[in-house]
Amino acid sequence: MQRLRIRELAWSPDGERPLLDAIDLAVDDGELVGLIGPNGSGKTSLLRCAYRFQRPSAGSVELDGEPLWQRSPRWCAQRVAVVLQEFPQDFGLSVREVAAMGRTPHKGLFDGDDNEDRRLVDQALARLGLSALAQQAFARLSGGEKQRALLARALVQQPHLLILDEPTNHLDPRYQLELLKQIKALGLASLASFHDLNLAAAFCERLYVLDQGRLVAAGTPAEVLTAELLLQVFGVQALVDTHPLAGHPRITWIV
Amino acid sequence: MMRSPRRYRLLLLVLGAALLLSCALSLAFGSAQVPLERVLAILAQRLFGISPEVAVNLGHDSIVWQLRAPRVLLGALVGAGLALVGTALQAVTRNPLADPHLLGVSSGAALGAVIVVLYLGEFAGLLSLPLAAFVGALASMLLVLAIASRSGRLESDRLLLAGVAVSFVMMAASNLLLFLGDHHAASSVLFWMLGGLGLARWELLWLPALCLLLALLVLLGLGRALNALMAGEHSAVSLGLEPRRVRVLVFVVASLLTGVLVSLSGAIGFVGLMLPHVARFLVGAEHRRLLPVSALLGALFLVWVDVAARTLLAPQDLPIGIATAAIGGVFFVALLRRR
Repeated sequence: MQRLRIRELAWSPDGERPLLDAIDLAVDDGELVGLIGPNGSGKTSLLRCAYRFQRPSAGSVELDGEPLWQRSPRWCAQRVAVVLQEFPQDFGLSVREVAAMGRTPHKGLFDGDDNEDRRLVDQALARLGLSALAQQAFARLSGGEKQRALLARALVQQPHLLILDEPTNHLDPRYQLELLKQIKALGLASLASFHDLNLAAAFCERLYVLDQGRLVAAGTPAEVLTAELLLQVFGVQALVDTHPLAGHPRITWIV
Repeated sequence: MMRSPRRYRLLLLVLGAALLLSCALSLAFGSAQVPLERVLAILAQRLFGISPEVAVNLGHDSIVWQLRAPRVLLGALVGAGLALVGTALQAVTRNPLADPHLLGVSSGAALGAVIVVLYLGEFAGLLSLPLAAFVGALASMLLVLAIASRSGRLESDRLLLAGVAVSFVMMAASNLLLFLGDHHAASSVLFWMLGGLGLARWELLWLPALCLLLALLVLLGLGRALNALMAGEHSAVSLGLEPRRVRVLVFVVASLLTGVLVSLSGAIGFVGLMLPHVARFLVGAEHRRLLPVSALLGALFLVWVDVAARTLLAPQDLPIGIATAAIGGVFFVALLRRR
């Protein structure tokens, strides 16, 4: 089933020159779709359009076949969960409380936490190996643990679609691989932006390439990641061969 | 930190009991000495209809019941209200230094009060000062909202900056009026601006009590939203909230409550800034747990500071705002050194 469908989308911050134009993109059930492109190519803006933060100036965003902007933010949040790298400096919540925030779109104003809520939070924490850290202050976690806690919050939201903005940024290789494996294992329809093309190649079923606000390529990593495209989009020479163990494309930058 | 529900309930219980006890005990303090047994006898008679074994003289009865009791209760209400408002504002502005006075409400209220004292006189009797202060608070709140909202958004930093700007202009206006006005009136305005609970009357208590209760209910209902907003704009949207709506609602509730409190007690600083931090230190930042603790701590704090204000310079009343600011400053330095 198609979870996310973006058609002919354009977005401009000031109503003048569009920063995104003519974007067509789809994410199906169970696949991890990667969004790659140089800095400033519009990856984050496109993701923001997909989680109803900014309204496209043209085109449509459909979620489970329904136009996103005709439904409420709450409806949207019951279906889409987002993992961002946004947390304030002095954040006085525990890991468990951060995860429990995921229940927000499912609860009314004066609803307390019931057993179902607690069960969902416990489950998500256990699934991401955070049970032992549940009572810890979120602010004291390492970068990798923070990302996992935010992923736990997304899980508690029980989404149909997961959106991740550069989830592996600032993580060391071990945490990068661990986090992506965990995301894969969730089996959710996911759309994630990546800086590290080799990670994208290793974990994504399909990739979309953005350049200056337009899609310039789409397809499987093997179809998309060619030396010509990398030179054209990123302006860097690269050697592309096949990963000796996993079989996906492997990119070696030529400096 | 007390994250387990049992310890949390125990904490609430302890704080509640401490507040009741403090209210009763604090009745014994003031420029006129009333022994504690007398105070308790008066309370027993007034509250439960138990006639005292020793004869209570009428002077003591009126000091304790007519003067001090409403004052102590007003102190508790004001302390709780300011701490509550501070907690909510720190969350929606994501700024740990936000406090009720930053939004321009207090200086608006002060301007209203200055105008009444200097120019209008007591047009509505005892209520004229609170009424004018409230109108001033409301006016400056609307002004801040109008300045801060731009193209449908209401961002926290614009809100703070607009609040500060309006605050300064209002303050300049009331200072100018004070400077031009006559000195006798000026000193009575000054006393009110420094904050004091001397205006407390039984007849006036229901209003702040009602506002406090309503504000507490609304903010508790918004508890999840406050958590999400504290985490950031994008988090809030991705959790299905409309940050602007939440901010406007919190801001209006905060302004109305602050307006009512300030109009009765003057601008008492630091309570709304400091107590939320103490409360967060005790129970963490989950707002459904934080708000009640913050309110109780605020009430407890102000009841005792008012005791200090009544006794330190007796028979003079020390403006309570001076005491809270002094204690608050020292407290913050201590907190900084511990970190």
